[in-house]
Amino acid sequence: MVTLKLEVDRGRCTGIGICESFAPDRFEVDDDGTLLVRGGELVGDAEREEIERAVDGCPAAALRLVEGVS
Amino acid sequence: MSRRLVIVGASLAGLRAAEGARKAGFDGEVTLIGAEQHLPYDRPPLSKKYLTGDGAADFYRAEADLRAELDLRLSTTATSLHPDEHVVTTSEGNISYDALVIATGAAARSLPGVADSSRVLTLRTLDDADRLRAHIRPGARVVVVGGGFIGAEIASSAQQIGAQATIVEAARVPLVRAVGEMVGETLSQLHARNGVRLLTETSVLDCIETAFVQEIHLSSGEVLPADVVVIGVGAAPATEWLRGSGVELDPIDGGVVCDAFLRTSVPDVYAAGDVAHWPNGLLDVTMRLENWTNAAEQAGRAGANAADPENAVAYETVPYFWSEWYGQRIQFVGTPMADRVEFLEGEREEDRFVALYTTGDRVVGAATLNQPRKIMKLRRLISERGGPAAAQTIIDDGQSAATGATP
Ligand SMILES: Cc1cc2nc3c(=O)[nH]c(=O)nc-3n(C[C@H](O)[C@H](O)[C@H](O)COP(=O)(O)OP(=O)(O)OC[C@H]3O[C@@H](n4cnc5c(N)ncnc54)[C@H](O)[C@@H]3O)c2cc1C
Ligand code: SF4
Repeated sequence: MVTLKLEVDRGRCTGIGICESFAPDRFEVDDDGTLLVRGGELVGDAEREEIERAVDGCPAAALRLVEGVS
Repeated sequence: MSRRLVIVGASLAGLRAAEGARKAGFDGEVTLIGAEQHLPYDRPPLSKKYLTGDGAADFYRAEADLRAELDLRLSTTATSLHPDEHVVTTSEGNISYDALVIATGAAARSLPGVADSSRVLTLRTLDDADRLRAHIRPGARVVVVGGGFIGAEIASSAQQIGAQATIVEAARVPLVRAVGEMVGETLSQLHARNGVRLLTETSVLDCIETAFVQEIHLSSGEVLPADVVVIGVGAAPATEWLRGSGVELDPIDGGVVCDAFLRTSVPDVYAAGDVAHWPNGLLDVTMRLENWTNAAEQAGRAGANAADPENAVAYETVPYFWSEWYGQRIQFVGTPMADRVEFLEGEREEDRFVALYTTGDRVVGAATLNQPRKIMKLRRLISERGGPAAAQTIIDDGQSAATGATP
């Protein structure tokens, strides 16, 4: 089965938080600007669109969706 | 016959318009025209980590990858548009289009009466940043004219490198248009606290080049010696090439006037990014934004609408921008045009605050300093047309009352 995985490049992420405004259930920036990701790396169909928006919206290009086979 | 989408301006908005068209199923040819010689690159670092030498230029996509998807024409400047013929004239010849997206952004304004010189610079492009970087060395005297976000970032970066920066601002309070008077005043105090002199209500009368320095004559009578002068007095939409084309331009700043679907006044021509005015349904205000997030989102929409006009979708957004001065993070969402502005969460602390902008019982904007956890929850609240009570809940415990997100 083809699955979609979310990858976060911690070296690039600057905690700007655009991702949180699109997918608040999955992303949250904490008080010191560190990004918290909830719910694991697998991306389900129902949330795919909002996660794509988060990926496109990230000004630091820190998020990626990669296809994998499991 | 396959359709051709031409995009003028090969920066953030241009690239996102191309991607938006493809996502909407466009399978014709996409031609991306850009005046600069560079591949599309990211501008925000130019006044921040690129200027301080902490990072290389950030190109969005590798050249081969980009050329595989579209017809990329760099070092090519559009000089006029002919909507009746569906032709754009460029420095390299005519190109016909079926649909076209204007993404020419904005260009740095110069200061009237101040002659160009190798020591008087502006900052908009990578080439500008390279020139500026060569001048901002430890010990250099840097005078920044204009206390807006880019001016403030340049001063902060200069300070970080060990140069001595001074900001000259004509208004009594900087940033009033961007964040309003109260927040503008509070933010501008960061300069003095970090050792940068901010002169307000001061204008530049003359800038005289001598053998070794640039002498800046101020309205206060003071003369500032400078190794380099940066003019940071804002940017104007790059629409000279559209004059006389029939595309309606804003009478004040010359930006392209669009409708909610990002269509211009002529058929099959759209606009997005720093160049475009459009009615933003979320805030019921017609606006032109100069920020990264809008350019990216709006252009994706313009590209999709241009590719598939029958299924065009109106574009609306809660504006968002960030800035960084002296290692501090400033974030703003919504609009500063509000009936009331107040600092919440007790007293405004030196290096941390949340300010809320409200009109009637609706929150329309928020500004934060070093509160990254709260700002996006407030952005969501504004998009849901929430009120001050819900905002207070977010501010008090950092949770989104509107979405019920749990930590
Ligand atoms: C120094 C700096 C720092 C910034 N920092 C931030 C920040 O911290 N946060 C934030 O949100 N935003 C920031 N911004 C703003 C952000 O970079 C812009 O909103 C964004 O680049 C707009 O994208 P755009 O594609 O609409 O326009 P632009 O990036 O201006 O691109 C327009 C392109 O079109 C080309 N062009 C112009 N005329 C023609 C023509 N006739 N023919 C062909 N090509 C043409 C130009 O050469 C340019 O490459 C910053 C901007 C600058 C300059
Ligand atoms: S939008 Fe990007 S940079 Fe910002 S917090 Fe999310 S991943 Fe990090």
